[in-house]
Amino acid sequence: MTTTSSPVTTRQGVIELTQVSRWYGNVVAVNDVTMTIGPGVTGLLGPNGAGKSTLLHMMAGFLAPSSGTATLDGRPIWHNHDVYRQIGLVPEKEAVYGFLTGWQFVLSSARLHGLPSPADAARRALDLVEMTAASDRRIETYSKGMRQRVKVAAALVHDPQVLLLDEPFNGMDPRQRLHLMDLVRRMGEEGRTILFSSHILEEVERVASHIEVLVAGRHAASGDYREIRRRMADRPHMFRVRSSDDRRLAAALIADPSSRAVSLTEQGVEVQVTDYARFTALLPKLARDLAVHLWQVSPTDEDLESVFSYLISGSSR
Amino acid sequence: MNTVVADITYRAMLGRKRIWLLILLPVALVALAALLRLFDGQDEQTAVTLMKSFAIGTMLPLLGLIAGTGVIAPEIEDGTIIHLLAKPISRPVIAVTKFVVAASLIAVFAAVSTYIAAYLLTGSESGVATGFTLGALFGGVAYAAVFLLLGVLTRHAVAVGVIYALVWEGVVGGYVPGARKFSIQQWALSLADHVSSSPFFSTEVTLGFAVPAMVIVTVGAVVWTGRRLRSLSITGDD
Repeated sequence: MTTTSSPVTTRQGVIELTQVSRWYGNVVAVNDVTMTIGPGVTGLLGPNGAGKSTLLHMMAGFLAPSSGTATLDGRPIWHNHDVYRQIGLVPEKEAVYGFLTGWQFVLSSARLHGLPSPADAARRALDLVEMTAASDRRIETYSKGMRQRVKVAAALVHDPQVLLLDEPFNGMDPRQRLHLMDLVRRMGEEGRTILFSSHILEEVERVASHIEVLVAGRHAASGDYREIRRRMADRPHMFRVRSSDDRRLAAALIADPSSRAVSLTEQGVEVQVTDYARFTALLPKLARDLAVHLWQVSPTDEDLESVFSYLISGSSR
Repeated sequence: MNTVVADITYRAMLGRKRIWLLILLPVALVALAALLRLFDGQDEQTAVTLMKSFAIGTMLPLLGLIAGTGVIAPEIEDGTIIHLLAKPISRPVIAVTKFVVAASLIAVFAAVSTYIAAYLLTGSESGVATGFTLGALFGGVAYAAVFLLLGVLTRHAVAVGVIYALVWEGVVGGYVPGARKFSIQQWALSLADHVSSSPFFSTEVTLGFAVPAMVIVTVGAVVWTGRRLRSLSITGDD
C-alpha cells in the first residue's frame, strides 16, 4: 500500500507579468513589461504618466492586458474574482463611500470578504492604521490622509498575502507618512508581497528593498535600490557654475578628466560631469587655487525625468 | 444577491439628496390626483388619462432612470465601485443585487403612488387602480433593468436614458404604430388593460407579447450588466 502526503498549502503571493502590454487606441501605456513581484516590499518607481497605475491595475485585475499575461501564483488575474481573497488593493483615487463612517466602511469590507468575525477584523484593521478614534465619523468629514488610511484598513481587513498600493503616500502629512511607511515595511518583513507605486525616489528608497522602474511604459530598471541609486549617481551630471572669472575656471575644468564638456554661456559655465565625486571635490580646490569666486553651483538636470531617461538608456545598452 | 452590497446601495440612494428625486414625481402624481378628486370627484376617464400619460408615460421611465442608473452609474463615475469589485464576489451577483435594489425602489415609489393616485380617482372601480399598479410595477422593473445596463455601458447613462425615455418611449412608442410593440410603456399599459375592465382605454400590444417581452428584456439586461461588470476596466490616473 502506498501513502501519499497531502500537498502543503503555501501562501506564496507571487505576481508575474509576462510580456505585458496595454494600449488605448494608438497610445501605448505599458510596453512589453516582464517582471516578477514576490514577498517583500517592491517600489514601482516612475515619473507621472509612466504607466505605473496602468500596470498596477492590471496586477489588480481591473484592466486586461492587451497582450501578455498577468498571474498570481500561476492563476490568471483578469476575470478571476477569487484572487481578491489574496489581494488587498488601495487605489489612488480618493473616492470612498463618504456617507459611511470609517467603521461602517471597513466592516463592510470585512463582510464582503465573508470573514468569520468581521467586527473583530475591522477593529484590528482600523487599529493598525490608527483610525479607531475617528472611526465613528463619516468618511466625508475626513482629511485626505485619513481617507487614505481608512482605505488601507479596508484593504488589509482580510489579512491579504498581496497588497497593492497606488501612490499611497500622496496627501499624507509627514507623521502619517512615516507611520504608513513603517506599517508597509513591517508587513513586508512578515513575508507579504507588497507593491506600491510612487514618483518620489526618496519614498521608494525608505520603504522598498526592491525597485522596479517604469519610464514611458517601458520597464527601465529593476533591482536593489542601492544598485539603482549607484547608477543614478554614476550618470553624467550637468552643472551650471557662475563665478567671478568663468573663462579661467572653464579652462581649468576641461583640463581635468572629471568633466567631459565645458561650455561658456551667458548664464555661466555649463559643465558635463562624468565623475561626480571627483568633480565635487575638485571645484572648490580649483576656485581657491585660481582665486576665482564661486557665485553659484547648481545641477541643471536633477529632475526625476532626466534621471529616468538616463536609466532607460542605460538599461537598453 | 449580496446583502452588504444592497445595504451600501440603499444608503447611497436613500440617505442622500437623491431620495428627493425619487419622492418628487410620486408626490406630484398623488397631489394631482387629490386635486382632481377635489374638484371633479371620482372620474374613471380622468383617472385613466392621468395614469396613462403621467404615471406610466412620464413618471415610470423617469423613476426607472433615476433608480436604474442611480444604483450603479455614480459609483462607476467616481471610482467607488472599485471597493465592491475588489472583493471575492462574482460580478453577476453584484449586478443582480444592484437590480434588486433598483427594482424595489421602483416598486415602493412608482407602484405605491400609482395605486394611491388611481384609488383616489376611481376607488376599486373597473380594476383601474390594480391594473395600473401592476403595470407600473412590472414596467418599472423592466425599466430598472434597462437603465441599470445603460449605467454600466456608458458614462453618459443619464443623458442617453433621458433621450431614450423621451424620444423612444414618449414619442416613437406613443405615436408610431409599429414601434409600440417594442416599448416598455406599452407593455405596462397592456398589463394594466388586461387587469382592468375600464372602457376608457385599450392597448394594441397583446398580453401574450407584453409579458414575455418584459421578462426577456429584464433578464437579458441584468445578465448583460453582469457580463459587462465582469469585464469593466478601471484605469488609474496615468
